[in-house]
Amino acid sequence: MKKKLLAAFLLLGLLSTVLCGCGDGSGEKTAEDSPAGDSALTAEPTANEITVGIAQDLDESLDPHKAVAAGTKEVMFNVFEGLVKPTPDGDLIPAVAETYKISEDQLTYTFTIREGLKFHNGDPVTVSDVLWSIQRCMPGGEADIQAVEALSAIQETEAGENTVTLTLDRPNNEFLSYLTLAILPQNYDQQDTAPVGTGPFQFISRTAQDNIILERFGDYWGEAAYLDKVTFKILENADSILMSLQSGAVDLFAHLTSTQVAQLGDGFRVEEGTMNLVQAMYLNHAEKPFDDLRVRQALCYAVDRQQILDLAFDGYGSLLGSSMYPAFGKYFDESLTNYYEHDVERAKSLLTEAGYPNGFAMTITVPSNYQPHIDTAQVIVEQLKEVGITAEIQLVEWSSWLSDVYAGRQYQATVVGVDASTMTARALLERFTSQAGNNFINYSNADYDAFFQQAVTAADSDAQIAAYRQAEANLTENAANVYIQDLADLVAVRADLEGLRFYPIYVLDLAGIKMK
Amino acid sequence: MSGEKAGPMGILPILNETPGKKVVVMKYLLKRTALMAVTMLLVSLLAFVAFALISGDTATAMLGTSATPERLAALRAELGLDRPLPMRYASWLAGFFTGDLGMSSQYRQPVWDLLAPKVGVTLWLSLMSFALIILVSIPLGLWSSGRKSGVLGAALNQFCMAAPPFFTGILLSWIFGIGLRWFTPGEFPNAGEDLAGAAVYLFFAALALAIPRIAMTVRMLRSIIREEMGKDYVRTAISRGGSRGYILRRHVLRNALAPVVAFLAQTLAEIVAGSIVVEQVFAIPGLGRMLVASISNRDYAVVQVIVVILAFWVVLAGTLADLLNEGIDPRLRLGGGAA
Amino acid sequence: MKKRGNGFLAAGLLLAGTLAALVLLGMFWTPYDPNAMSAGPKFDSPSLAHLLGTDNFGRDIFSRVLQGAGTTVSIALAALAGGAVCGTAVGAVTGYCGGAADEVLMRLNDALTAFPSILLALVVISILGPGSRFHVTLALGLVFIPSFARVSRTAFAALRDVNYVKSARLMGAPGWRIVLVHILPNTLPVLLPALTIGFNNAVLAEASMSFLGIGVTPPEASLGYMLSEAQGMLFAAPWYAAGTGFAIVLLVFSVGLIGEGLRQRDGGVL
Repeated sequence: MKKKLLAAFLLLGLLSTVLCGCGDGSGEKTAEDSPAGDSALTAEPTANEITVGIAQDLDESLDPHKAVAAGTKEVMFNVFEGLVKPTPDGDLIPAVAETYKISEDQLTYTFTIREGLKFHNGDPVTVSDVLWSIQRCMPGGEADIQAVEALSAIQETEAGENTVTLTLDRPNNEFLSYLTLAILPQNYDQQDTAPVGTGPFQFISRTAQDNIILERFGDYWGEAAYLDKVTFKILENADSILMSLQSGAVDLFAHLTSTQVAQLGDGFRVEEGTMNLVQAMYLNHAEKPFDDLRVRQALCYAVDRQQILDLAFDGYGSLLGSSMYPAFGKYFDESLTNYYEHDVERAKSLLTEAGYPNGFAMTITVPSNYQPHIDTAQVIVEQLKEVGITAEIQLVEWSSWLSDVYAGRQYQATVVGVDASTMTARALLERFTSQAGNNFINYSNADYDAFFQQAVTAADSDAQIAAYRQAEANLTENAANVYIQDLADLVAVRADLEGLRFYPIYVLDLAGIKMK
Repeated sequence: MSGEKAGPMGILPILNETPGKKVVVMKYLLKRTALMAVTMLLVSLLAFVAFALISGDTATAMLGTSATPERLAALRAELGLDRPLPMRYASWLAGFFTGDLGMSSQYRQPVWDLLAPKVGVTLWLSLMSFALIILVSIPLGLWSSGRKSGVLGAALNQFCMAAPPFFTGILLSWIFGIGLRWFTPGEFPNAGEDLAGAAVYLFFAALALAIPRIAMTVRMLRSIIREEMGKDYVRTAISRGGSRGYILRRHVLRNALAPVVAFLAQTLAEIVAGSIVVEQVFAIPGLGRMLVASISNRDYAVVQVIVVILAFWVVLAGTLADLLNEGIDPRLRLGGGAA
Repeated sequence: MKKRGNGFLAAGLLLAGTLAALVLLGMFWTPYDPNAMSAGPKFDSPSLAHLLGTDNFGRDIFSRVLQGAGTTVSIALAALAGGAVCGTAVGAVTGYCGGAADEVLMRLNDALTAFPSILLALVVISILGPGSRFHVTLALGLVFIPSFARVSRTAFAALRDVNYVKSARLMGAPGWRIVLVHILPNTLPVLLPALTIGFNNAVLAEASMSFLGIGVTPPEASLGYMLSEAQGMLFAAPWYAAGTGFAIVLLVFSVGLIGEGLRQRDGGVL
């Protein structure tokens, strides 16, 4: 009996040594690692490469004409270019095109393709590639291509030896912005999984739910990227983000929360930009009681936006009053921001006028994959209690949100952020015209439609800006949505890296990043 | 598919020593295999129907916020999603049996290319957890069976059983990850580059999964052995002067083996189901995490295959457990009431 | 043996009773309003003012745990009851009758067992609409049917041919009476422990569903959702995860003790 006991003990002992051995080994490993990690902050790593953490997997087609998620576009911005490309200031500069000419009547666009330009796979960029790329994105093409509505204005295309001429059927001030669409090789069929473009970085590999690797493109036409290699590591877990940054495993991480930033410690510099989206509690105007202006205004007065920033975002973020964010500069009308000051009494009396003296019950649908929106909704629920409105949060999966809320429009209110796909005011404002296919709040206002029409057909840009601003004011005055904020984009950058550039759209440009 | 017979075949002859029974056993095994196939078919059908029922489909997930009714309709037609459900299921089934597992609608990659590396990760996690259960609970069970149960031991046992892997995982991440920095929770090392790191990482996930099951196995083992030790033949053997260890080896363990193995087989099935949650907590890129992601992306081709793989494992282990149970308990006759 | 069995039972009942009292208390009174936010005490560590500290919104975690435990327990119990009744019914029919019904039901049961419960729960939620406690309960209850069916089927099948059942049958007792009066009480030693294990699973399932965002929704507290939220704040507030997690463990532990006590009292070895 004793023998048996002994054997059992031995086995246990053996096991525990195995376990301890395991642990010891890893303990040593980190012991070696962490000084190395610390010194990596000062000493130059041998290779000129960095690891960038991202919170979401690029779990879709990598073809830029098909990709949907903001997270995918953000990363792949480094790989693709259009005839023109955006600058951090919000301007457009020639990219695949070397020069372009716009006729007096704004109907003819002529692009001269850069000479000797190559795709990442070595093929030369030809005029037919350019035309094919543009035609591919015209409405009515393949079903899973992200069609660009504005391209339907193209009446005629003409290819010269190294020029492309587009003729429009009506002038459009913003047309050039749409030509940031990626130019792809026509005769290449693996764009979905092994994309090829003309950008400063070329795609190397993707491992699902693990990483994406890009490398510098040697034959880039412009100023080459400084980094040889960038690994995008997918870190979905909040702790791993902090730990990876602290251990030096990750050199750069965008979209951190204020809580994470507070715990970062030394070795990192935090740069603050904006997320460039309009976070709001979007209201379904086809649902009672949100069809009543007074109810919507009451909601706007009841919600204390500054308190949302303080409670859920440690004060970071910029308040918004309409569907436009400050990065858009000239289109942004600051006077709208504080149109509705927090005023509980006013909210109550508006509710009484509307016939809801005791408030009502409502449901706020929130996609479950994005914590900032959930947090915002939680604060709103508390604030609405003060005016007698009982709000209930309904968390749904992103796919359910897309089909039920966005496409199906079966909801009362939803807290999300809406971004701009191109650097045009149109990208933000077109969805509120009464006939827009993506008008998920069912906004229907004749004045608004008129302002918008005026803006898109305006002859000069001043008239256009004025019309867009009127449209924005219309949204605010009618309390179309309970506008909240443009979230702060907090980026942790290793102290010895510089050159991070913020854009007015949701991208992460790595071409300018270099070691100090 | 031949592999599934090897397991039960190896064990059953021990339980049914009379040669005349061999034919019966063969017949029985064939029947079980057929039943397994039926169950698997049913599972895949259920998954298919489930997908038709949940809100949001592949097309909405693919088009995202650029969806319009017309484009959705066009994409559904292109993907064949507009066909009636039975037809879609039939074509999926046909593909499955001809080795075409389909394409992932999200990653635009053949499903198998996507899943091949994940299968290994989940398999390792499960096996590691299973090995832990065996290595810890068998010695511990044997040892404790020789002792009068202390209140403390039994309470500790209950406590471990009450520790959900969900929480244990978080606790382990905090102590060994954030505290001691033995691993970085959420950052699973690439097994190709850092095998030791991946093993350490998986070890903690496996431990979280194993703890409650170790407690269950120990208690089960203890009660079986103690019950067996209380039987007349053991008492007789002891009265004849045999040592406890000898009797344990010669008689008790032999008799206790079958129910224990059956229990462990069932555990194996439960581990795989449990790994879905643990992979989520530890962010391990295995089948479970892929399943969860693919469900939310409405990537039905991927979901189907993962469901079939996981179900195959569960059904196989369950069948094994049944075979062993039925082999021992004559009251549950082979083939149920009809035999 | 008997004495100690009662000891476990007593300890379990005492602990469970205390917890139940706390949970009941939490339904009517908590030290703070569980949902009241305040920018002041954000991520405070545990103190006399806040026994378990505060979370990212400055909410009192102890109050939230009290309230969340109520939510979790009521969901788990209701789901368990539903699952157990339906599952036992299925198991009773299949186990007692055997034959074709047994085959069909058990096949379906096997399929459900092998089916990822997450997908199953999602389907129910999708059909019924998300959010409400009732829907979550229903979804979970459905998930539990197979395991109870399996356990009770084995028990009923084993008791089908024991002597007193045979004699009852010979005396012409109807099937339902035999099942309900003669067999069911004798399966309790097997079923009761299964219930206590089921409780553990129900709490766990509630947690994992919350993890996916299809369980009870915030700001209403539930231990599962709170734990998944706490996982993202391990750095800033480890006590959040610990407080919530140990509340779950204690709940399950107390029920486990009761189960152990019952088992030892009934002398049943499983």
